[in-house]
Amino acid sequence: MFDIYCPHCQEHREEEEFHASGEAHIARPLDPDNCTDKEWAEYIYFRKNPRGIHHELWVHAAGCRKFFNITRDTQTYEIKETYKVGQQPTVTE
Amino acid sequence: MQKYSGFGLFKHALSHHENWQRVWRNPTPKKQYDVIIVGGGGHGLATAYYLAKEHGITNVAVLEKGYLGGGNTARNTTIVRSNYLWDEAAHLYEHAMKLWEGLSQDLNYNVMFSQRGVLNLGHTLQDMRDIERRVNANRLNGIDGEVLDAKQVQEIVPMMDCSENARFPVMGASWQPRGGVARHDAVAWGYARAADALGVDLIQQCEVVDFVMEDGAAVGVRTRQHGTIGAGRIGCVTAGNSGVMAKLAGFELPLESHPLQALVSEPIKPILDTVVMSNHVHGYVSQSDKGDLVIGAGIDGYLGYGQRGSYSTIEHTVQAIVEMFPVFSRVRMNRQWGGIVDTCPDACPIISATPVENLFFNCGWGTGGFKATPGSGNVFAATLAKGEAHPLAKPFSMFRFHDGSLIDEHGAAGVAH
Repeated sequence: MFDIYCPHCQEHREEEEFHASGEAHIARPLDPDNCTDKEWAEYIYFRKNPRGIHHELWVHAAGCRKFFNITRDTQTYEIKETYKVGQQPTVTE
Repeated sequence: MQKYSGFGLFKHALSHHENWQRVWRNPTPKKQYDVIIVGGGGHGLATAYYLAKEHGITNVAVLEKGYLGGGNTARNTTIVRSNYLWDEAAHLYEHAMKLWEGLSQDLNYNVMFSQRGVLNLGHTLQDMRDIERRVNANRLNGIDGEVLDAKQVQEIVPMMDCSENARFPVMGASWQPRGGVARHDAVAWGYARAADALGVDLIQQCEVVDFVMEDGAAVGVRTRQHGTIGAGRIGCVTAGNSGVMAKLAGFELPLESHPLQALVSEPIKPILDTVVMSNHVHGYVSQSDKGDLVIGAGIDGYLGYGQRGSYSTIEHTVQAIVEMFPVFSRVRMNRQWGGIVDTCPDACPIISATPVENLFFNCGWGTGGFKATPGSGNVFAATLAKGEAHPLAKPFSMFRFHDGSLIDEHGAAGVAH
């Protein structure tokens, strides 16, 4: 069971209030009209899927309903930090 | 290889079962192989077996970082069925089903394949419409299937709550009589023994840490324990770890690895002689020959490699089972565990060439790989032998995500993913 700190509510809540929404920091192509099929596929489907540090998007679904990011170890499940969308992670290794 | 038989059992009984041959060798790896399979689970071992048996390629090594069949092969809920909606998937899983039906004889190893039938329940009108559509699609593809109403379901499973008082009343089900269960470990052991007998080297405790590249082509693997081993072609069958292996080779896959949990109860007397799956309340259950109820459900929503899952997920699973079977409410659960499933965006596998020459991947089976073990190994062996996709594997290229020809089995195949 994760004990997750919501950066919007500024308090720890149980995992069941949250919903994982996949990899974070996936930038939408800046020039969509000139993207190849391969570039679109990479944007939509292809993922880093690392064993180790992972930056991921979560939503506080049964709370403030806002999105935020978590840096988490996918092997040990340790949560390193949570931060708001638009900010950059401080833990990268 | 000593052939297993009733007579052999009798003969060995006379010497107190002390002279059985080892089931497979424990060889030191050679410097070079025609084909290296990375990953010694059911799919990898089946691939090695069919390479040797059907394509005459016996200079093959299976490299396994742990022990044979210790990953998802040992962790699934052993259900076998082929009632998939779309033609491509239906053909692939039905190919596997046909191999299941002769597998024990083929391998000379009892995989305890039991065709006790699989029920996929419908609890809403939309469920029933989907079930009718899927059963009709199955029958057009030559796969057995029937649509049952609640009364017929009740006749098959008398102690399930099919009353109108249930929170989600059972309205009917699809029924695939040829579906069932098999002994999961025996599948890995049977393939391992048969492949070993044909000359395949099974190397356990041998972790692949990198690929050896030459001009954009893979020519071997670097291992932690046995140094560099050369290979003509490499087949990577590493399930949940496929994303990590792809990264070593320098590309990404459209996969995300999630924990999937299962649990078993204490052994009880025979009570359930079929497999019951429900998409809507989301749980599935069967009873093993040992007597324990084998229960599973959905994946944890987050990415994870920890081979364990969340309490909340297991709670939802057990709620679903008790909803369907109030009689199970006081059965005690014995063990719970998790496996790492590599899920694809379209819930279909990847059996494919990759951007790296001579390197092939068989992955993305997600929550439903066990049932496909023989078929997966069979078509992947053909793919590795010829260097181009087997006709049944062709639609499952990783490049389908580039041209948009996805095979959308999400929720369509009887259980939500």
